[in-house]
Amino acid sequence: MEHITLLIGIVIVTALVFDFTNGFHDTANAMATTISTGALKPKVAVAMSAVLNLVGAFLSVEVAKTISGGIIDESAGIRPEVIFAGLIGAIVWNLLTWLAGLPSSSSHALFGGLIGATIVSVGFNAVNADKVVMKVLIPAVAAPLVAGLAAMVATRLTYRLAKGRDEKETAKGYRAGQIASAALVSLAHGTNDAQKTMGVITLALVTGGVVAPHSDPPLWVIVSAGLAIALGTYLGGWRIIRTLGKGLTDIQPPQGFAAQTGAATVILASSHIGFALSTTQVCSGSIMGSGLGRKGGVVRWSTAGRMAIAWCLTLPAAGLVAGGAAFLADQGDWGVTTVAVLGLLVSGAIYAASRRKPVTHDSLDEVPDAEPAGVVTAALQAVAPPPAGPVAAAPVVAVTPEAGRTPAAAAS
Amino acid sequence: MQIDWAALGQVFGVSLVVTVGLVGVFTLGIVGTSSASAAGTQPGSLARTGAYACFALCAAAVGYGIYLIVA
Repeated sequence: MEHITLLIGIVIVTALVFDFTNGFHDTANAMATTISTGALKPKVAVAMSAVLNLVGAFLSVEVAKTISGGIIDESAGIRPEVIFAGLIGAIVWNLLTWLAGLPSSSSHALFGGLIGATIVSVGFNAVNADKVVMKVLIPAVAAPLVAGLAAMVATRLTYRLAKGRDEKETAKGYRAGQIASAALVSLAHGTNDAQKTMGVITLALVTGGVVAPHSDPPLWVIVSAGLAIALGTYLGGWRIIRTLGKGLTDIQPPQGFAAQTGAATVILASSHIGFALSTTQVCSGSIMGSGLGRKGGVVRWSTAGRMAIAWCLTLPAAGLVAGGAAFLADQGDWGVTTVAVLGLLVSGAIYAASRRKPVTHDSLDEVPDAEPAGVVTAALQAVAPPPAGPVAAAPVVAVTPEAGRTPAAAAS
Repeated sequence: MQIDWAALGQVFGVSLVVTVGLVGVFTLGIVGTSSASAAGTQPGSLARTGAYACFALCAAAVGYGIYLIVA
């Protein structure tokens, strides 16, 4: 460790900060519907998610080893300044979307940041455009579709099977099942996302010549990355939890169970088959799907639309910020210092802005800016009024395929 | 540009089948252990055994999920 320069030290700290924002940004994925169906109390839910994220961080280092060899061509001369600038871009975007209460993919922010910083400081040829399309753009369209469809069909099935049963009695079972699937999502998140940070830190160590290329992350990297993501998770991004748990659609226990099971399945299937999908987009998609699957369920398309816009902006926005940061950081030591100071100022400003209307675990139930029924929501309701009985099931079927496509169409 | 449609299709198919299957089986378990609200009768022993088998299947699926994460 004696060879770590100040710059690499800064990169490591920044990577851990990013890991922390990643944690509280993504708590909602596993726990938003778990909290809103009452399966777990808010504090218990985030604590459980934090522990599982920590455990997950120790389970495997496969993702960490592949992160450097993917989108960015590391042989093209990536220096610690570039990684630093990329991380700043990702952190700023994560904080902005958190302030807006929008779930956006932390991985895409990280990729966008690294890509933007690389383009500015090395050039376009250091970015594998094919890999960007393969690993970011196509999954962004596919994730909500796959997860949404699975959750929708599952929701319809479970409502049909359990018809005529006492809702209070079945709710207990659904909640128990949901806790299990939420736990799986948290564990998978820990192995995936904590490892991305480990990969970035290892990449920084490699570029600084501290560790040999293609080596496993050192133990202290694994421990610190796991702790950072767990701490972030425990603090809980309550703004995003509120959006996913209540803003998108009203979630009942059977829907929560179907959505969470669908999310866990899609995440595990995709990472196992080797077509990694963003946890955030999978979870948002499955929640929307479960909203469409229940008769009378309404998805608030205005919220979904804002989410889709945020997803489209994630890569370019994080890239732009990171590009600017890379331009400054390339000027030398004073540039790096300026970027660090600016990053701190922007983060502080966003935090200060969030204090004006704080959202905590106590205020989850209040939805202050009651989402005005958007044009799409209103139009859908006009076409298919929430049917009261099984007779009216047909219009719902007719509407759903088109409705399921809307966010994707906006995203493409 | 090489788009891996096969992998995407596989993810789509596997996710759909496994999600719907698991949710269906779990719901059968819930139905088997709960009383029908209209009659209020307790479920029979056969229904109960079947329900526990359903829950066991779901537990096995969770176990397999953990195995996939660890492996």
